[in-house]
Amino acid sequence: MSLRIEPPILIGLVFIALILATGTAYTMVTQGTATFISPPYLLQQLHFGAFLGITAAGMMMVILLGHIDLSVPWTLAASAMVGTAVGGVAGDFTALGVGLAVGLINGIGVAVLRVPSMIFTLGVNTVLLGLMVMLTGGFAPQNAATPLMTFLGSLRTYGVPHSVVVWALVSASLIFVLNRTPLGRYMYAIGNEEAAAYLSGVRTRLVIIAAFMICSLCAAVAGLCLAGYSARAFQAMGDQYLLPSIAAVVLGGTNILGGQGKYSGTVVGVVLIVLLQSMLSVMQMDEAYRQMIYGAVIILMLLIYSRGRAQTA
Amino acid sequence: MKTLRLILTQNLGLILAVVLFVALYSIYVALHPNWGLNVVLQNGNETLALIFVGMAQTMAVLVGGLDLSVGPLMTLTNCFGSHVMAGTGGSVVAGVVACLALGSACGCLNGCIIVYGRIQPIIATLATGAIYIGLALLLRPTPGGAIDGDLAWAFTNDINELGMTYGWWGDLGLFGKIPAQPIFLALVVVLVWAPFKRSATGRGAYAIGSNAHAAYMSGVRIDRSKIAAFTLAGFFAACAGVYLTMQMGSGNADAPQAAEYTLRSIATVVIGGTSLYGGSGGVIGTIFGALVLRSISFIFRVVPGDSTFGFVASPLLQPFFEGLILLFAVSLGAARVFRVRNRLSLFT
Amino acid sequence: MEDGAMAAEPAYLEMRGISKNYGGVHALTDVDFAARRGSIHAVLGENGAGKSTLIKIVSGVVAPTRGTMSLDGAPATFGSPLEANAAGIVCIFQELSLMPDLSVADNISITDPPRNRLGLIDTRAQRRRAEELLARVGCEDIDPRERLKNLPLSRRQMVEIAKALGRNPKLLILDEATSALTSADVKKVYSILHALREEGLCLLYISHRMHEIEELADTASVFRNGRHIATFAKGAHSDDEIVQMMIGRDWSNVFPKKPERTAAPEPALEVSNLNWAPTLKRLSLSVGKGEIVGIGGLDGQGQRELLLALFGVLRGVSGSIKVNGAPVAIGSPAAAKRPENAIALIPEDRKTEGLLLPMSVAENITIAALPWLTKGLVIDRSAEAEKIREMVARMQIKVGDLDAPVATLSGGNQQKVVIAKWLLTGARIILLNDPTRGIDVGTKQEIYQLLRSLAAEGAAILFYTTDYDELIGCCDRVLILYDGAIVRELAGTEITETNIVASSLNLPGEGAAA
Repeated sequence: MSLRIEPPILIGLVFIALILATGTAYTMVTQGTATFISPPYLLQQLHFGAFLGITAAGMMMVILLGHIDLSVPWTLAASAMVGTAVGGVAGDFTALGVGLAVGLINGIGVAVLRVPSMIFTLGVNTVLLGLMVMLTGGFAPQNAATPLMTFLGSLRTYGVPHSVVVWALVSASLIFVLNRTPLGRYMYAIGNEEAAAYLSGVRTRLVIIAAFMICSLCAAVAGLCLAGYSARAFQAMGDQYLLPSIAAVVLGGTNILGGQGKYSGTVVGVVLIVLLQSMLSVMQMDEAYRQMIYGAVIILMLLIYSRGRAQTA
Repeated sequence: MKTLRLILTQNLGLILAVVLFVALYSIYVALHPNWGLNVVLQNGNETLALIFVGMAQTMAVLVGGLDLSVGPLMTLTNCFGSHVMAGTGGSVVAGVVACLALGSACGCLNGCIIVYGRIQPIIATLATGAIYIGLALLLRPTPGGAIDGDLAWAFTNDINELGMTYGWWGDLGLFGKIPAQPIFLALVVVLVWAPFKRSATGRGAYAIGSNAHAAYMSGVRIDRSKIAAFTLAGFFAACAGVYLTMQMGSGNADAPQAAEYTLRSIATVVIGGTSLYGGSGGVIGTIFGALVLRSISFIFRVVPGDSTFGFVASPLLQPFFEGLILLFAVSLGAARVFRVRNRLSLFT
Repeated sequence: MEDGAMAAEPAYLEMRGISKNYGGVHALTDVDFAARRGSIHAVLGENGAGKSTLIKIVSGVVAPTRGTMSLDGAPATFGSPLEANAAGIVCIFQELSLMPDLSVADNISITDPPRNRLGLIDTRAQRRRAEELLARVGCEDIDPRERLKNLPLSRRQMVEIAKALGRNPKLLILDEATSALTSADVKKVYSILHALREEGLCLLYISHRMHEIEELADTASVFRNGRHIATFAKGAHSDDEIVQMMIGRDWSNVFPKKPERTAAPEPALEVSNLNWAPTLKRLSLSVGKGEIVGIGGLDGQGQRELLLALFGVLRGVSGSIKVNGAPVAIGSPAAAKRPENAIALIPEDRKTEGLLLPMSVAENITIAALPWLTKGLVIDRSAEAEKIREMVARMQIKVGDLDAPVATLSGGNQQKVVIAKWLLTGARIILLNDPTRGIDVGTKQEIYQLLRSLAAEGAAILFYTTDYDELIGCCDRVLILYDGAIVRELAGTEITETNIVASSLNLPGEGAAA
């Protein structure tokens, strides 16, 4: 394990610096203060970023395998909705249980039935949506967040949002899994060449199921935090996390076809996306321009990566 | 006999989709209290945009990719159309052409980014999708725009209405009862898809999806075929946008709707029998895939609440069953997995 | 150019000073090569000698690092196979360039389909064209409308040949194009090639089968280690001399000495009545501790499936397998590698089945043995590093940076990594599937010695190879498979090329009565 910084991560860091500089310049000019880089403001951004960060962390596990999980939005929402509906500590555990169960189903569909993950997880997402609509009768859920959700999602200690701490813990665990355990090694192996991993005696099906369970568990944890932050669960609370989480993983240098990528890259990708969005909102940019700049930045960064790859290859 | 066998085995996915559609739609017809041509018209109106978006997605899937910008592109052309199609007479035609051109240009842009920027389709279109939604919002910050009511009426009804609205022809009898939507669809399929499929470029697209390396070694023009496929995807998405404009009479930069259409389009492709790994299938299957998907929702509207199956009548159950049927359809393929005798063949 | 007689006619294809480097690997060094019209020119050489690189350059797949090429006197550079095609260069690759989901007719006319007045593909004409071309290669039985993936490999290879003929080549390159053909098809292909030569085509024929060269070629060029060694007319050198040129040393010294055996070894692997319909039929064999047993026969007689069956990859295998006398049921590679079975498989395709190319050398070496390098749930890094060092030293893997992707190693060193991966699991039964394909002679020799020393330490080795010399030089016993059954077992002095060839064709050979 060498400590050299991979090109995508470096480019990501440069972009983050650019965004911080642009945002600060803007606030300096318009308000005369460097609000954009003040610690409270950045902590606030990290607080928002934590929800995306936890989701993206899980998403990275399946992307490393060369798969994708489109059921993340409603896994997140379903965990939070079921959790708040049950309530109390039991609700917290139920929420995590929902996540693990969805991951297990996804994993079985992909690893055992060998349905392309794209379509299987899409189907699971629709089913979850349907179940939640049935559960709530189509109305917005009225249950309040459990104490644990509130604690994780909206409280702070010494000014540090607990969500950020959760994100850090999730990150630490996944870094450990990826770098130190056979499971992590096997995940990279399967992402590169499933046949070779299988012929090396790796139980590939179990590894794929494990990765999907980690992904869904992360979505459930994000759901807990987000419900705590919003004081309740709501329909479609996960919808805005699907595409950004995929984008964050890819911007962090993980190959969408699997097998390559470092976890630190995903963190960089999340921070990049969150800061980009907050810069655009600080600049009071219209939603239209925000979307366009957001898309353009992703394409620009990917073009820079692929140029870099072409030159080294 | 041999010919029949070949036709059957090579179009198994399509045949399954057709059978599924016929079965589901028959249930719908049987349950509908007063099913008739006006119901068919309404069904057609609700389905055509999804069919076009599904056709767009099929193009990307054929070359072994995925296009997440088909929904946003439909929304963009819808918003654009709500501006340029707002006149009457010739200017409307020009507006429609402009919309289709815009869609094709955006699709071509997708293709160029993917081919020359060497970016995976799914990621490149995720980003361009955001750009297209942004453009749509720019064109229509709030829903609005008014398409000539006559036009909207004429093109979303049957042949009689089309003629009578503009005084082109009178009552054509039975022939005039044919709804307009299948005609539009047939025109697009015959004039655009069929020639593409039978061109060297179109077959190149199949070749790439089947085995990109072999296609390159055989001298297939990979870049051209890929860009053409994505351009055509943009064109089909624009068809959806144009139709949506006529049907709603206005433009709406509805991002959640765009995302929903994108995700649904993947389902229509798969139910239609096109392999997600590329190389086999086509838009005809997708048309039936979309019809299957819509038939499911139609059925939920007409299940009588007081019957034995009344408990499923609740429209709340609809997404649940839709997902379940999708999962069931794709898991049918798993039968192959359990028949595989050399496990290595699972990985290719 | 050794023979002056060839200079009489100007060369059609001429290459001067061609070099090709892949990263630090020199695939071709300063090669001069020429071929003329109306000739079948054999290109000979060991795997890794640079033959494939040469044809890749001619057919526009890769560009040379240095050097020039001319065609019919005019300078030629190709940016892609398409451009080479346009110049009349057609190549039949070993790995077929066919699209499995397309019909046979579509495949045959993939780039130049007949068109109707509207410029669209005329499917009827295309089908007729496919029928004509298939008839020309004697494959009237193939329906042009059939999807390619539904044809068996040997038929697909004939389609590939028909496709090449349909492009009206001026220069036709065949890269091991007959490896999967039945003997009847081979005859047809030979007669077609002879006819094409009469028509004045320039044909390059790449093969490592000496008898094929003899029947077909009029001129031959030998390559070794990326260099052009010699070009000569047929008959100018004896087989032995040619082999000598190809490997650059005396062949008899390549293989380590076989040990003298006094008693039958204790069996490590016993297989009886192994069935896997329709490919494997009632196979029974045993491999003793310390023994190297070869598997021979024509390509595709069930050899690969036999190894896969023993390794737990195939489903629906019946029959009994015993390891060290105890019956076992092996349902997956994970089960095969457990210490009580200790079976390893060096797979056929190094790049997709053996290695994780973008991952590091170190990670590749330990990927199979991780369960034994783990404390609790965590990889024991110091133990891992030590084992890697041990293996790199033992296998003499030439590697600068253990963290570099394994893809950066040469073919030979990559294969050593695959073997190292399995030695690390403590495998006692080693199955090898053509392990020396595409690697240089030096490394081959190291692998032969390694196998012998592993056997001396008590390992049981089952060794499938397409190379007769390896069967003769390496193996204590040789089992010949034909149509999924063992038709002959050769031991000791019976292991000769004549016997192997004869039994491979299931004909009675010398001493078959014994």
